Amino acid sequence: MKDFLQQIIYGINAGSIYALIALGYTMVYGIVKLINFAHGDILMMGAYFGLLAITVLGLPFPLAIVIAMLVCAAFGMIINKVAYKPLRNAPRISALITALGISMFLENYFVVQFGLEVRKMPEIAWLKGEVFIGGLSIPKVTFLIVGLSIACMIALQFIVRKTKVGKAMRAVSEDMQAAKLMGINVDKTISITFALGSALGGLGGVLYSVAYYQVEPYMGILPGLKAFVAAVLGGIGIIPGAMFGGFVMGIIENLTKGFISSSWSNAILFGILILVLLFKPSGIFGKNTREKV
Amino acid sequence: MLKVNDIQVYYGAIHAIKGISFEVNQGEIVTLIGANGAGKTTILHTVSGLIKPKTGNVQLFDKEISNIEAHKIVEMGMAQVPEGRRVFAKMSVQENLEMGAFSRKDKGNFDADYDMVFEKFPRLKERRKQLAGTMSGGEQQMLAMARALMSRPKILLMDEPSMGLAPILVDEIFNIIQEINKAGTTILLVEQNAHKALTIASRAYVLETGTVVLSGPANELLDNDEVKRAYLG
Repeated sequence: MKDFLQQIIYGINAGSIYALIALGYTMVYGIVKLINFAHGDILMMGAYFGLLAITVLGLPFPLAIVIAMLVCAAFGMIINKVAYKPLRNAPRISALITALGISMFLENYFVVQFGLEVRKMPEIAWLKGEVFIGGLSIPKVTFLIVGLSIACMIALQFIVRKTKVGKAMRAVSEDMQAAKLMGINVDKTISITFALGSALGGLGGVLYSVAYYQVEPYMGILPGLKAFVAAVLGGIGIIPGAMFGGFVMGIIENLTKGFISSSWSNAILFGILILVLLFKPSGIFGKNTREKV
Repeated sequence: MLKVNDIQVYYGAIHAIKGISFEVNQGEIVTLIGANGAGKTTILHTVSGLIKPKTGNVQLFDKEISNIEAHKIVEMGMAQVPEGRRVFAKMSVQENLEMGAFSRKDKGNFDADYDMVFEKFPRLKERRKQLAGTMSGGEQQMLAMARALMSRPKILLMDEPSMGLAPILVDEIFNIIQEINKAGTTILLVEQNAHKALTIASRAYVLETGTVVLSGPANELLDNDEVKRAYLG
């Protein structure tokens, strides 16, 4: 039982990072119907920018997080403008292939800039060590990761549900043309969506590198794909679904590692994608809402 | 107020609008009537800036708007009730109305506007919190109209507001259109229900496959033999 709970804690830790990244996939899909396969690389970039902010600029960790999020937000908007916006009226497959191209470009650009060597995120003194609760050991960094992730998700929900820009995002995602006829600047709204999703991805990157210490150009691929599965599991385009899917993925991954075998964990995670696509392609939170027309 | 000068519009290779001109003056209800595929919706989309004319231009308040983005045209005072209502189904009635007011610069308090639209459409008030997609077709049409009014348009474009509605609702919708017009909003109405449209309009243009074949005061067109045969049955 203790082992089980211990793995659940590790699972929540990993899952909150998957949830952050899954949000980026699902928000962008929700609004432009594009799986932004470059989103995993935003995570990688966030980790690098966080690392550089700490090691080169000598900034404190909280500020490094903010910088990583801001720079990733900017890159998200640039990627949208350069790569996806010109293809808005093109067949969807063109945009998808472009996303893969952007992903490869970013990975290789970071290889050229920073080399293939695996860099280590410096240990943050106040995050070292563990807290023991009822015989369970919880790394201090887990509190930070889970706390920050959940805070950001609540903030995002607030933005999407209550603010003018969030409502515009929902309107554009439902009917782009009707949104234009309301006076909504669709391009700007899409750009903001990319910025928000990428900022969360950047945060995910910093937290991921703090949890697992390493930073390298291909680090975004696997967590990116797992987060994509999380978004599909929860129901692509549905924000609470992405959060839920992220936590489920993290917990399943760690239970597999703890009780079956580490080498099986990825096979099982991606097996989930196949099962979802076979039996409930709309995801757990996706329902066929009846709409009168 | 609104002037359309000899526009030609293409959908890919399809020549949808083959040189159409018309104008709408302050305070009028002008209607474009014609069969399916005559190009009525294409014209409204071009006027609203959703599609750009290949040649010709559109002027609103003596300013050329052919190259202005759709969302900025709304700010200038032109709103559209699109064909098929196109309410935001997953948003509440209240949120749909807020989207209608999106372009307004006078931030914050739209209470007077809510009162105005709820007075016209009392059923929306009861359903303020309800998701738009769960309402009946007639209620959605009313929401689409209320939503457009929230931008306080000087000119309102309406695309087939009676489509798919029960006759009693059609009468109600047309009464409301007249009310909106009397309150000072100019209206450009596109309709397949030619009889109804001609009854409330001051002037009309009859379209056939992308060109204007007839135009004139609405009451004269009501008596026109050709119009009677083709559109009034």
